[in-house]
Amino acid sequence: MQAFVTRRLLALVPTLVFASLIVFVSMRLIPGDVIDLMLAQNDLSTDHDRAAIEAALGLDQPMHVQYFRWIGGVLEGDLGRSLWQNTPVTEQLAATLPITFELGFLALIVALTVALPIGVYSALKQDTLGDYAARSFSLVMLAIPSFWLGTLVMVFPSVWWRWSPALEYTPFFEDPLNNLAHMIVPAVLLGLSLSAVTMRMTRTMMLEVLRQDYIRTARAKGLNETRVVARHALRNGLIPVVTLIGLQAPLLIGGAVILEQIFVVPGMGLLLLEAVFQRDYPVISGVFLVVGFGVLVINLLVDLSYGWLDPKVRHQ
Amino acid sequence: MSEVTLPAIGTAPARPAPKGLTGRLIHEKPLGAFGGAVFLLFLVCGVFAEVIAPYGLNETNMTARLLPPSAEHLFGTDHLGRDVLSRVLVGAQLSMIVGACAAGLATLVSIVLGVASGYFGGRTDMLIQRFVDAWMIFPDLLLLIAVISVVGPGMTEIIIVLGLLYGIAGSRIVRGAVIAVRENAHTHAARSMGATALHILLRHILPNIMPVVIVLFTTRVGAAILTEAGLSFLGLGVPPPAPTWGGMLSGTGRTYMYLGPWLALAPGLSLTLVVYAINVYGDALRDLLDPRMRGASGFRGAR
Repeated sequence: MQAFVTRRLLALVPTLVFASLIVFVSMRLIPGDVIDLMLAQNDLSTDHDRAAIEAALGLDQPMHVQYFRWIGGVLEGDLGRSLWQNTPVTEQLAATLPITFELGFLALIVALTVALPIGVYSALKQDTLGDYAARSFSLVMLAIPSFWLGTLVMVFPSVWWRWSPALEYTPFFEDPLNNLAHMIVPAVLLGLSLSAVTMRMTRTMMLEVLRQDYIRTARAKGLNETRVVARHALRNGLIPVVTLIGLQAPLLIGGAVILEQIFVVPGMGLLLLEAVFQRDYPVISGVFLVVGFGVLVINLLVDLSYGWLDPKVRHQ
Repeated sequence: MSEVTLPAIGTAPARPAPKGLTGRLIHEKPLGAFGGAVFLLFLVCGVFAEVIAPYGLNETNMTARLLPPSAEHLFGTDHLGRDVLSRVLVGAQLSMIVGACAAGLATLVSIVLGVASGYFGGRTDMLIQRFVDAWMIFPDLLLLIAVISVVGPGMTEIIIVLGLLYGIAGSRIVRGAVIAVRENAHTHAARSMGATALHILLRHILPNIMPVVIVLFTTRVGAAILTEAGLSFLGLGVPPPAPTWGGMLSGTGRTYMYLGPWLALAPGLSLTLVVYAINVYGDALRDLLDPRMRGASGFRGAR
């Protein structure tokens, strides 16, 4: 297992280098207008002021110097300062990351509680009415954009019953109930969109596994159906589902950006959007680094859980 | 996925003629055929949007503000008295242009990267694949938001960025297909007869990966339409007053939805319907064209 972990960690290095280059290059293409914007805002206009701002941002150095300076800072945990608020980017990230994490975590729980039972049921009752209903549901969920569903949840209950979802954020540790009351609606919407693909995968994998010889053996030796499904089929059928959840991590974060905007959740998505509209590039690249790193860690955990779930993988 | 579809694959010709394909689609995959028909309908609406639309796109009428759906205004009117149906129709046009162009560009990029990576292998493959790895850890929407924030919003910008985005991610699927075909007997035979790399690529590799490419293109159309709508919803898409479906659900129109809830329905329903149609059509197409690809993506096994 140790060799397996080491191998996976080493494989991350080139990915990390490329990822940092992608973030760096896309952010250093800063067009002139961000500096124009800053000049206008501070009532400065001379070329001298422009040069001063460029020097302060380190933009007067050659590209490779900028890159190594930036990556050096990143490795020391310094992501620079917000261009407008002048607070360290790390501080802003530390304030918003847990909120997005909570949203994603709740959404994942919703997705799994919806997807796994329905997926297993659908596979066990293949080609029955229930199976068709479940599959149609997942196909429709794949097509419905979460921002539309979010809009409907905001508009129609309010028009019909004068009820609207809570939009005021309270930190979890201050008031867990109010916090959950706010987070639950976006979390359910995000979870539902995630559940569609997970359900389809669960169903297909269960169908495949249920045809295996060892399932026939398990049944032949007289195990009851619950035990066959839970112990023999599900554990093996779930391996690809775990990978799928890892692959969906970027999707989850993308969806969080939109839902945070609709339901005014002050997470990383909202931070990113504000930064984009203000062209606050250090904040944008900070969010990117955290998201990229987060997705890599999730994928690593998925790989490791693979090794744990399936002994064959460990010894490859 | 189910045994029902398997015999059809066994008896099917390796590369069915287009006409036979439509017939098989209707016969074996009615839902897929339905999806194709709905998509075609949206396409026609998009192409002839200006002709079909009963009212002008930005024709305001202050005496007809926020009217509920009626015979004159099938989908009602918005806060400026503009006809929602007309705007949704032109929205279909924008969505179709973005969907088709972005998916086309993405497919092209996927083919170039995937073929380079899969056919030449070795160090090229290694380098390209590590880049694709890194690229894929960033969520589509985040990359789009960031790049659009640099290049500015606009239709061409979105098409190019979406095309690159999906193109790079999709190259993985093309690469897999190329590697499978590269080891075919006929490819080896051509090589031993002294055929050039270009000849092998054009005559032996490309025709054989076409099913994968077609399916890839179809799924990308839906994804591009959905993502463009999300971007427009966030105010980073095609700028107003262009009536994008995503844009109609956001911005100032949002506050009027409480007075005119029908404003929230038409754009979202159209979006859902068209993406659903493309998904089921793409699923059916994949099952008919390339049974090996079942399981290659999240969209699987629907009939």
